Amino acid sequence: MIYFIIRRLILTVFLLLLVSMITFAIFFLVPRLAGQTAYQLAAQYVGRNPIPSEIKAVEIKLGLNAPLYLQYGRYIKGIVAGIHYNNGTDISYCPFPCFGYSFRNQQPVWPQLISDAPVTLSIAIGASVLWLIGGVSIGVLSALRRGSIFDRFSMGVALAGVSLPVFFTGLIALELFSYKWPIFPNVHYVGITTNPLLWARNLVLPWITLAFLYAALYARLTRAGMLETMGEDYIRTARAKGLPERTVVLKHGLRAALTPIVTIFGLDLGLLLGGAILTETTYSFPGLGQFTILAIQNQDLPEIMGVVMIASFFIVVANMIVDILYAVVDPRVRF
Amino acid sequence: MAPLLEVSDLRIQFQTDDGLVRAVDGLSFTLERGRTLGIVGESGSGKSVTSMGIMGLHQGTKARITGYIRLDGEDLVSASPARVRELRGSKMSMIFQDPLSSLHPYYTVGAQIMEAYRVHNKVSKQAARNHAVDLLGRVGIPTPESRLDDYPHQFSGGMRQRVMIAMALSCDPELLIADEPTTALDVTVQAQILDLISTLQSEFGSAVIIITHDLGVVAELSDDILVMYAGRIAEYGAAADIFGRPDHPYTWGLLASMPRLDRARETRLVPIPGTPPSLIRVPPGCPFHPRCRYTELVGGHRCQTDVPPLREAVTPGHAAACHLTADQRARQWADLSADKLPGEVQADEAAGEPEAREPV
Amino acid sequence: MTEQTQTPPAPETGRAAGTESDGDALLQVTDLVRHFPVTRGVVFRHKVGAVRAVDGINLSVARGRTLGLVGESGCGKTTTGRLLTRLDEPTSGQIVIDGHDVTHLRAGQMRPMRREIQMIFQDPYSSLNPRHTVGAIVGAPLRLQKVNVAGGVKRNVQELLELVGLNPEHYNRYPHEFSGGQRQRIGIARTLALRPKLIVADEPVSALDVSIQAQVINLLEDLQDELGLTYVVIAHDLSVVRHISDQVAVMYLGKIVEIADRDKLYFKPRHPYTVALLSAVPVPEPLSSPTGQRERRQRIRLEGDVPSPLLPPPACRFHTRCWKAQAICRTEEPPLRELIPGHQVACHFPENTPQVPEGSPESTPQPA
Repeated sequence: MIYFIIRRLILTVFLLLLVSMITFAIFFLVPRLAGQTAYQLAAQYVGRNPIPSEIKAVEIKLGLNAPLYLQYGRYIKGIVAGIHYNNGTDISYCPFPCFGYSFRNQQPVWPQLISDAPVTLSIAIGASVLWLIGGVSIGVLSALRRGSIFDRFSMGVALAGVSLPVFFTGLIALELFSYKWPIFPNVHYVGITTNPLLWARNLVLPWITLAFLYAALYARLTRAGMLETMGEDYIRTARAKGLPERTVVLKHGLRAALTPIVTIFGLDLGLLLGGAILTETTYSFPGLGQFTILAIQNQDLPEIMGVVMIASFFIVVANMIVDILYAVVDPRVRF
Repeated sequence: MAPLLEVSDLRIQFQTDDGLVRAVDGLSFTLERGRTLGIVGESGSGKSVTSMGIMGLHQGTKARITGYIRLDGEDLVSASPARVRELRGSKMSMIFQDPLSSLHPYYTVGAQIMEAYRVHNKVSKQAARNHAVDLLGRVGIPTPESRLDDYPHQFSGGMRQRVMIAMALSCDPELLIADEPTTALDVTVQAQILDLISTLQSEFGSAVIIITHDLGVVAELSDDILVMYAGRIAEYGAAADIFGRPDHPYTWGLLASMPRLDRARETRLVPIPGTPPSLIRVPPGCPFHPRCRYTELVGGHRCQTDVPPLREAVTPGHAAACHLTADQRARQWADLSADKLPGEVQADEAAGEPEAREPV
Repeated sequence: MTEQTQTPPAPETGRAAGTESDGDALLQVTDLVRHFPVTRGVVFRHKVGAVRAVDGINLSVARGRTLGLVGESGCGKTTTGRLLTRLDEPTSGQIVIDGHDVTHLRAGQMRPMRREIQMIFQDPYSSLNPRHTVGAIVGAPLRLQKVNVAGGVKRNVQELLELVGLNPEHYNRYPHEFSGGQRQRIGIARTLALRPKLIVADEPVSALDVSIQAQVINLLEDLQDELGLTYVVIAHDLSVVRHISDQVAVMYLGKIVEIADRDKLYFKPRHPYTVALLSAVPVPEPLSSPTGQRERRQRIRLEGDVPSPLLPPPACRFHTRCWKAQAICRTEEPPLRELIPGHQVACHFPENTPQVPEGSPESTPQPA
């Protein structure tokens, strides 16, 4: 078991390095292959209407003339240990973890990521709890009452939930519950440390919007998993032992059906932590998702790279946790 | 002393999209304490549905059950589901065919046995654990203390079945139902398990119902035998009678179509023609008549129209459901068995000559 | 291991008992081995051991005869079946079918050989594609091999259906419309489509009801007579094997422990494992009858489970469960020896053998 975990950890580290290499290649290698010179590349980093001396300064500062592997090395070193930028006239220090400086406002990228992350975390984690509990319960009930009105109704709603885009449901929710009936007026992000009650209140609509989509998916998945599990022989044995039906369903049936659900949950959450883009945009919450959109619109390379690295990190780590979790839950995988 | 189990005109039907499935169609038998009843039948005979019915495992499904199932005088068909659940696992318990799929893969063997025990007995975890260790030892699992924390997939097939037996016996049941307990096992392991069931039966004093399609297995364990066909009893009697003087064409067919190690090698097997019937479209009259060679001997096409009643012929306690008269059946069996000389023919094989292959 | 040139094996070892001379052997298997490697390692996996599924067996089956291969789980008989039909490639050894060495043929080279050797599978429910009609299933081999048959493929298929006792009008039906026994017949029809010479049947009747088993067994025998087929039947049911085979080989943990003509094996089994195996089969004689009681008295009870093929016991693989194991059994592997003509045994102290060495227990009574 321990070897399993070590193997996974090593794999994770390799994977992250690979991601960083590919990201780096996209932003620094591909333009060079396309014919751009270091000078032209540096021009992008300066902003609008650059003057040649500025560009030259940036070129030196970022070391864009150095061989590519050195550039990559510097980049990694920046992330891992912080780095000095020397443009000939002054030296600035970008502390660990350094993801470079934004084009837009010449500020280090990392602190911006840090300040936006809690928003995304709030949305993602809150919604995930809702959709897990809601989706799974509905799935279980539907499976147990297969073919009933409840089952058909809930699966119908689930189909809608899976099919409707987040911005659609989000806008409808805003229209109904924020503008028309001011249950949640003036939805904007409030930090949890600032005002926990307001924080939660303002998050209800984003939570419901996001959870609706995923709960629908999980309800369908759970239902399918339960139907399969409840037909297994060990359920018959559990009943033959005289166990109460509730124990049979939850302890024997759901436990087995839940394994794939939990692993998918890990993956979904990992993906979401990198930026719940549509939800954040719909509600104008300044999270990583919004950050990403703006960065793309501004073609702000360091910001984009920063977000890509963060998102990849979450996804890769989530995958690793999910793999290990699977082995913990299902003893057959361990041996 | 009243019998432990009394089944009376049991009918179990399922309504499906294709029609009404008459899985069990008028079954009646009794089982005394400490005795073993073997229920023999092929797929579609209704034997498994019967055992599940006795255990009350059709509750919550679309099954329609009528008739009586009296366990120690108490009718299980009309009892409340809660009451039947109380009895399940404690007074009557069951083991199944495939121990790998019948045990939960995520829980240790010890946890599953303890669960079976604690649902019917208010004891501490430690007491339940000790009991589980004791049970594992009694079913012949070495080092039970450490094996308690192993998962089902870490056991071999035979060991797993022993675990299932231990679990079924945890509450000291009066009735043990074994549904094809050895079909999925190797032949040497099968012998071990059959021995084990026999030994434990004497130790625990339980009555056993063994359900199987294997006539050898049923002969091994049973005091009495029930031969089922299409949800009904074809023949019923003591094991000695069923094998010594079988009294139903279906039983003859089964015995004749099996290659046997204890007899001379047949040049050609005599199969039962046709296939087992669908339980939705059960043939009218005697359900076996489409496959029976002897319908001509019964006058007036009775086999096709009238359901033969289960009647004792010569020996009390030995009954068959067939329109042929007792004399006719005795004569047919005498003819059939004249071809076989139990034991004597070994002398031919001693010469070591391979038998000449007769053109068929 | 012998490769292209066949060095004639020593007389006492390695040659399977055959009732005809080896010149007439349709199938000749020499020192067949199949190991499945087991790897371990944190990052780089290295081989730590192997599952010795088939560990050096020799067989020969004469034309038109049937070899029965029996054994319990883990003995390697299923793997052997797959090796013979080249669904798997041997680790070493040689398989010669009708004079052709097929041991290491690649898929493309093997394809024409597939007209000579075919397989009948155990489960009639999962071995037929539910989305194909019966006609398509049985005709598929003909189409795949691009065989030009007189009268066309459909005609041929209908003849095959008739041959196995099915109604040729059911050409367009789907498998689920048939019973288990009928499905097995469809499988047999498919196997026969290319008119193979050698058929490997892997548990051909074990998934069928008792009353249907006899029908299919009779069918297989009739087909053998009619078409001159050669069978290798792999089964765990000893009574079925006795009925259908001319020669029987008993396998244990990847090795053949006994191989003999059918009657010799069943009347006087010599390997302790074979004796135990035969005595373990429950016979349909009730407890109360004299035969029944004698059966139970003579029953040999083997202790414990079959050891894992990952770690077979050293020397004689059966010694851990054998009631007459001696010191030599733990140190020296007994070779497969021909004790009497047509009967080979791999045991230091075989049963029912005149020269019973001193100190070993009396040989057990013969099974009825």
